[in-house]
Amino acid sequence: MSIDSDTARKVAKLSRIRVEEGDLPELAQKLSSILGFMEQLKDVDVTGVEPMTSVTPMRLKRRADVISDGNQQAAVLKNAPDAREGFFAVPKVVE
Amino acid sequence: MLDLTYTAPTPKVIAGAKHDWELVIGMEIHAQVSSNAKLFSGASTTFGAEPNANVAFVDAAMPGMLPVINDFCVEQAVRTGLGLKAQINLFSAFDRKNYFYPDLPQGYQISQLYHPIVGEGEVLVELSPGVARLVRIERIHLEQDAGKSIHDMDPAMSFVDLNRTGVALMEIVSRPDIRGPEEAAAYVAKLRQILRYLGTCDGNMQNGNLRADVNVSVCRPGQYEKYQETQDFSHLGTRCEIKNMNSMRFIQLAIDYEARRQIAILEDGGKVDQETRLYDPDKNETRSMRSKEEAFDYRYFPDPDLLPLEIEQAWVDDIAARMPELPDAKKARFMGAFGLTDYDASVLTADLESAGFFESVAQGRDGKTAANWVINELFGRLNKVGLSIADSPVSAAQLGGMLDLLASGEITGKMAKDLFEILWTEGGDPAEHAAKHGMKAVTDTAEIERALDALIAANPEQVEKARVNAKLAGWFTGQVLKATGGKANPAVVNAMVAQKLGL
Repeated sequence: MSIDSDTARKVAKLSRIRVEEGDLPELAQKLSSILGFMEQLKDVDVTGVEPMTSVTPMRLKRRADVISDGNQQAAVLKNAPDAREGFFAVPKVVE
Repeated sequence: MLDLTYTAPTPKVIAGAKHDWELVIGMEIHAQVSSNAKLFSGASTTFGAEPNANVAFVDAAMPGMLPVINDFCVEQAVRTGLGLKAQINLFSAFDRKNYFYPDLPQGYQISQLYHPIVGEGEVLVELSPGVARLVRIERIHLEQDAGKSIHDMDPAMSFVDLNRTGVALMEIVSRPDIRGPEEAAAYVAKLRQILRYLGTCDGNMQNGNLRADVNVSVCRPGQYEKYQETQDFSHLGTRCEIKNMNSMRFIQLAIDYEARRQIAILEDGGKVDQETRLYDPDKNETRSMRSKEEAFDYRYFPDPDLLPLEIEQAWVDDIAARMPELPDAKKARFMGAFGLTDYDASVLTADLESAGFFESVAQGRDGKTAANWVINELFGRLNKVGLSIADSPVSAAQLGGMLDLLASGEITGKMAKDLFEILWTEGGDPAEHAAKHGMKAVTDTAEIERALDALIAANPEQVEKARVNAKLAGWFTGQVLKATGGKANPAVVNAMVAQKLGL
């Protein structure tokens, strides 16, 4: 699969990464070569093989339904560029 | 148990300028799971806390934080699946749905696209006695709720509260089996009732506890039947999705508006675009969110932070063994055991509190009488003053005590109404009040007989009329009741009138 400049522009936008127009062809070429590398996996016959989800036979860890966290408004907001009255304040986003 | 059978309702038909149209509706209900802590963190789910107070670092997506699943949220989803007679998937898995929004700090929502925890089920939606739509459930998956943005606190800024971020949601997806705005509202109401019976969701729509996305399309009569035969969607029209509705009334208005909008486009020779729309209650219209279409490229992929969720059949069986009685079963039991009408049984099983109240009143007493008093007198009174059954000034024991006095003939129906008033305003023991206020039905037949004899002697022409037309004998009953100050039992008087007049 190869990535063209339009696809690269779209992926950059979806990822909220600013890419200058002139840099798009090179980015597209790099993404294509990564995908090409990955595509070697298609040569392997995996018929009847269950997808592996873990290298060790582990069960998903679970938690009891107990309140054990929270009440740390100051800590949660500490790194925010702007916070007011207990809220994160961000540039206006309107539906 | 009483077996109830239903006929399907006729679908709603909208007359266009050129011909008739039918509606096809499918719904996605987002129901907040009732739990103490969030789906993947130990922060509280309590509504109405200080902004950002119920936030763990996982919810705020701080670097390096990892999600750990709340066992009870999984149990609640399984319980809900069982309540909707659905297939429980012992293997399910979590995926990332990627999108940017300020109240979603992770940049993705953890959801279950490829392997949901619950598969196909069904909900019986009753529309009137004997008429119900069977709505098929396609799936239920677990996912995280987003936070809340407030746009009106500052002209240039949006304020973000992450308290709701990460609270567990069940997304309940129906098949397009709903055929009109009223059916859609009834479906939401029925689902809400089941969830509340199960205790898996509070169903508080004002708080956004239960929200609906509604898929609406229109088709010509006959097309829907072809779809049902083949399950081939090409027989149906192009659908639009109306997002995030949290009012039964708005759901109905939005569907009606949207259907008429699509009909107008089609009759004009146009084409309906598949898109996401928002309902504006102030203008009563839906409008396109087209500007965001491009952003809705969710790039789902399996969440590498979470192993697949594998549950054991024994655990599911254990949850199944502890299931409460559900609305349909309770209603059928009320009809069978207490001889209630379909309507009365529906009213009394609308919620668990009402059903429990009725059952303790009816226990060991006449079910129909108990239902009459609970529905007509008590519910009527509660509605009038805006109280819920939980705040009823008259307890089930008090009402039951009063019904005992009535059943034994110690008080008359009229006295019972007076006694109910006293219990409502003063509380206390029904028997003591009855004694104190001299409420005692005349059971002494000699006294009734004396009054009746006097009447018969004084009104020979009424006697003649009654002998010709037995219906007129009621005049004597009325007069005797009057003469005894309403204290005589009407049934006793009736019997004696009939006997004396030789009817």
